[in-house]
Amino acid sequence: MSLKKLISNKTMAALAVILTAFASTTAFAQAAAAAATAKPIDMGPIYKSTLFYVLLFLLLCLFIAIVGKALRVYELTRETQGKSEGINWDTVNGVLFAVFLVVGLYGVYWEYTVHGEMLLPEAASEHGKKIDEMFNLTLVITTIVFVLTHIVLFAFAYFYKSTGKRKAYYYPHNNALERVWTIIPALVLTVLVLMGFLTWRSIFYKIEDPKNKPLSIEVTSSQFQWDVRYPGKDGVVGVKNYKKITALNALGIDFNDKNSLDDQVGEEIVLPVNKPVRFILTSKDVLHSFYMPHFRVQLNTVPGMTSYFEFTPTITTEEMKVKTNDPSFKYLLLCAKICGTNHYNMQKPVRVVTQAEYDEWVVKNATYLTDDLRKVFNLPVPVAPAVPVKADTTAKDTTAKTNQIALKK
Amino acid sequence: MSTISLQDTHHHDNHDDHGHGHHHETFLTKYVFSQDHKMIAKQFLITGIIMAVIAMGLSILFRLQLAWPDKSFPLLESFLGKWAEGGRIKPDFYLALVTIHGTIMVFFVLTAGLSGTFSNLLIPLQVGARDMASPFLNMLSYWFFFSACVIMMGSFFIQTGPASAGWTIYPPLSAIPKAIDGSAMGMTMWLISMVLFVASSLMGGINYVTTVLNMRTKGMDLWKMPLTIWAFFLTAILGILSFPVLVAGVVLLIFDRSFGTSFYLSDIVMGTQVLPNEGGSPILWQHLFWFLGHPEVYIVIMPALGISSEIISVNSRKPIFGYHAMIYSLIGITTLSFIVWGHHMFVTGMNPLLGGVFMITTLIIAVPSAVKTFNYLATLWRGNIRFTPAMLFAIGLVSFFISGGLTGIFLGNAALDINLHDTYFVVAHFHLVMGSAAIFGMLAGVYHWFPKMFGRMMNAKLGYLHFWLTFICAYLVFFPLHFLGLDGVPRRYYAFTEFEFMNKWLTVNVFVTWAAIIAALAQVAFLFNFFYSIFRGKKAPQNPWEANTLEWTTPVEHLHGNWPGEIPTVYRWPYDYSKPGAEEDFIPQTVPFSQTMSSNLPHDFEGNTEAEEIQKDWDAKNKPATEEAE
Repeated sequence: MSLKKLISNKTMAALAVILTAFASTTAFAQAAAAAATAKPIDMGPIYKSTLFYVLLFLLLCLFIAIVGKALRVYELTRETQGKSEGINWDTVNGVLFAVFLVVGLYGVYWEYTVHGEMLLPEAASEHGKKIDEMFNLTLVITTIVFVLTHIVLFAFAYFYKSTGKRKAYYYPHNNALERVWTIIPALVLTVLVLMGFLTWRSIFYKIEDPKNKPLSIEVTSSQFQWDVRYPGKDGVVGVKNYKKITALNALGIDFNDKNSLDDQVGEEIVLPVNKPVRFILTSKDVLHSFYMPHFRVQLNTVPGMTSYFEFTPTITTEEMKVKTNDPSFKYLLLCAKICGTNHYNMQKPVRVVTQAEYDEWVVKNATYLTDDLRKVFNLPVPVAPAVPVKADTTAKDTTAKTNQIALKK
Repeated sequence: MSTISLQDTHHHDNHDDHGHGHHHETFLTKYVFSQDHKMIAKQFLITGIIMAVIAMGLSILFRLQLAWPDKSFPLLESFLGKWAEGGRIKPDFYLALVTIHGTIMVFFVLTAGLSGTFSNLLIPLQVGARDMASPFLNMLSYWFFFSACVIMMGSFFIQTGPASAGWTIYPPLSAIPKAIDGSAMGMTMWLISMVLFVASSLMGGINYVTTVLNMRTKGMDLWKMPLTIWAFFLTAILGILSFPVLVAGVVLLIFDRSFGTSFYLSDIVMGTQVLPNEGGSPILWQHLFWFLGHPEVYIVIMPALGISSEIISVNSRKPIFGYHAMIYSLIGITTLSFIVWGHHMFVTGMNPLLGGVFMITTLIIAVPSAVKTFNYLATLWRGNIRFTPAMLFAIGLVSFFISGGLTGIFLGNAALDINLHDTYFVVAHFHLVMGSAAIFGMLAGVYHWFPKMFGRMMNAKLGYLHFWLTFICAYLVFFPLHFLGLDGVPRRYYAFTEFEFMNKWLTVNVFVTWAAIIAALAQVAFLFNFFYSIFRGKKAPQNPWEANTLEWTTPVEHLHGNWPGEIPTVYRWPYDYSKPGAEEDFIPQTVPFSQTMSSNLPHDFEGNTEAEEIQKDWDAKNKPATEEAE
C-alpha cells in the first residue's frame, strides 16, 4: 500500500532528523559540560525525556495524518458510490461553533465565579469605593454586551451554515439599523465617560479641608527599593536636591532647609485610618510605579518630576484581616513599571492603624539627620537651636540635641 | 462622484503595460531582489511567519519561567548558555524575552508581516494595477525590513544581551546602560533596527497610498473599492503620519544614549553617581512613543478588519452589511486614533485634566468599533455560510475583537486605569485584540489568498484543526489573565514567588502555560500545511472561493503585470453576492450591468437617469414575461 509506504517513509525521515538533532545537541552539551567543570549535570536522562516528548508529539502528528487519510478514503468511497460528498464540513463547523458557545458561556460563568472570587478585597480607601462602583457598572454593561453578541455570533454561525440548497438573503444596508447601533453604543458610552470623568476628577481634584489637612509623606523610588520620608513634627517634608546625594545622604535631603531637620525615616509605611494622606512621589534613577492595589492607588514616579497622590485609607489592617478572614493579610506597595532586574521584588509593607497607634509609632522613627550628616552639612548656627525646642519629646531627638551642642563646640 | 452606467463614460489612462517578454529573469531577480509585488508580498509573509515562530518560541520560554519559577530545565542551558545558568532563566533575560517578543510581534509580524504581505499582494490586484507605483521602492522596503529583522535577532548574540526595557523602551531605563544590561549594546541595536523598520514601513506606506490613489483601473472609483483596500489605504496613511514621530523619538534617544544630550533625562542618580543630564523629561518619550504607539495598534488591527470584512462577505455569500458605514467607521477610527495616545499615560503623573480629555476621545473610538462589529453580525444573518478555514478565522477575529474591545472600555476609563494600569489585565486586553484578533485576521488572509499567492490550495481539514485548537487555546490563555490583573498582579514580573498574594495564581499560570504550549504546537499544523502546500498542494482553480474582486480574474500562473491582456474594467461594487434575479450567487466586479439586467436594482445606478430608463424598459418587457413563463 502506498499509504503505508508514505507513513513509514515519513517516520524514517522524522527519526533521522531527531537523531541528527539529538547528536548535535549532545555534542554542544558535551562542550558546555567541559567548560562548566564546577557542577556537571548528567544530561543523559534529560535528553532521553526530551526525545520521549518529541517522539510523543510525532506520534500524535502521525495519528492526525492517519485520521486525515482515513477521512479522505471515506470521502472518496462515498464519492465513488455516487452518494453525497462524505462529511459535510460546514455542518461540522457550524455545530462546533454552537458547542463552543455553550461550553464557552459556562467557562465564562466558571471564571467569573471561581477566579472572580480570588480578587482584591473591597477597596480600603474613599476614592477606591468610587472606582469599584465604576468598575462594577462597566463590568455589568460589558458582560451583557459580551454574552449577547457572542450568542448572536455563534448562533448565526450555526443557523446560517451553508446547506447548499438555500441562497443567502441579499441585504446590503439598512440605514435605520445603522443609526440604532451607532446611537445606542454612543449613549451607553456617554454615560460611562461622564461617570468616569466625574470619578477621575473627584480623585485628582481634591478640595482641601482646613480642619483635616492631609499627612504628607514623601516616597523616593530607586532600583529596587522605596525610601519613605515622614515629615516629622512640623508636618512639612523638607527640600531635597538630587545633586546632594552621597553615600551618607541617599536621598539628597537639603538640611539647610529647616523643614528637613526633623524628617523621619519610615521603615514601613504606616497610615492613620480615615485621615487623608498625600504622597509626594519622586524617583532617583528610572521610572517606577507606586502601586498599592488595595487602595486603588497608582502613580508613576518620574525622575525630575514630582507627582502627588492624595487619598484616605478607610480600613485598618486589623479590620481587613477580619473582613478577608485572612490573619496574614497585609497591605502592599509594589512597583508596577518595569524598572530592571529586580522589578518583580520591589516591595514595601504598608499598615493602616488607628490614630492612637500611629501617634505612638511615628515618634519612634529615626530622623534622616544623623551625626555624620551634621558634620557634612556644617549646619549654620542660627538653625541649630530651633531643633531641640521643636523635638524634645523623644529619645532620638535628645541625642540629636547633644550632637548639636557638640557640633557648636 | 461616481458614474456607474451601462455605457462606460470613464476616462482613465492605461498604465504602460509591462507584461512583455523582454525581462530576462534570473533567480536573483525573481526570488531575491524581486520588484514584483506578488513576490515581495510572499517575502514579507514568509519572513513574517519566521519572525512569528521565533517570537512565539520566546513567549513559551517566559511562560515556562512563570509557570515553574522554582524548577530547573537543564535543557535550556544547553541552548541559552549563560542566560539560563543551571537551567533557570535569569531575571534580566526574562525581561529581554518579553521585550523582544513584544517588539517582534507588534512591529515585525503584525505590521510588516500583515500590512506588508496583504497590502503588497492585494492593492495592485484588487484595484487593477500592473504593479505598485514604485516597484523599486517596494523592493527596498522589504530589504530594509529584512535588515531590521536581522539586526534585532543579532542582539541575541552579543555579550550584554538584547534590549530589555519592555517593548515601549521607556527611558531612563532604556537610556542608561548601568540601569540594566540590555540597555547597553542591545538597546543600540534595537534602535537601529527600529529606524530601518520605520524606513521600510514608510516606503511601503507611500507606495500603497500612491497606488490606491493613482493606479486604479477604469471604473474603480473609491466607492467601488473592496473594504480590504480601504483598510490598507487608511492604515498606510496612519503609518505615514505616525511612524516619523517614532523615528524622531528614537533619534533623540540615540542622542541621549550616545552623545550626552538630555532630551529624556534629568535629575538622575545611579547609586550615588549623579548624572550630568538636566532639563529633559522621560514623559516626552512617552508622548512621542504613544503618538505612534496608539495609531500603531490600529495599524495592526485595521488590515485584519479589512481582510475579515472581505472574507466574511465572500463566505456568507452576502454583501457586507453597511459598506459605507464600514468605511466611515474605518475613517473615524483612523482620525480618532491620533488623539487617544494619552490613555497609555493616565498614571504617569501627566496633568489630570489631560487624563479626562483622553478618556473622552478614547471611549468615543468604541463607537465606530461597535458599528463594525454589528455590521459583521448583520452580514452573517441569513447568510449561506461556507466554513472555509479563512472564514473560521474571520469569525474568530470577530469574537476576539468583541472580547478585547470590551476590556478596552475598562482601560480607556482613566479612573479604572489607576488600578489596572501595567497589570495582567492590560496584557490580557491587548493580547485579545492584537495577539489574537489581528493574528487571526492575518491567518484568515493567508488561508484565503494562498491560492492567489502560490497557485495551490491549502488543506482545509488541517486548517480546521489549526483553527479550533488555536481558537480554544487563545481564550484559555488570555481569559484567565484578566483576573490576575484584577487582583493587582503587575505585568513583567519575573516570578510571582516574592509576594504571598500572588501564590494563589501559580496554578493558573501553569494552566495558561500548558494552553500556550498546545497553541504553539497547533501552529505546527499550519506551518506544515503552509510549506507543504506551496509545493504539493492541490492545484488551485482561478476563482476558488467564487469571489467578486479583481484578483480572481488574473491567471493562476503569476506573471509580471498581473493580467495578460488589458486590465479589466470595473462596473460594480465588489459585494454583489446572492443578488436576487442573478443566476449565480456572485457577480464579479468586471461584469457590466448590461449583462445582468435580471438582477439590477434601482439603487445600482446611483441616480444615472439614462441607465434607469434603460432598465425600466427592460423590466417592462421581460419581468411579466418571466412571470408568465412560470
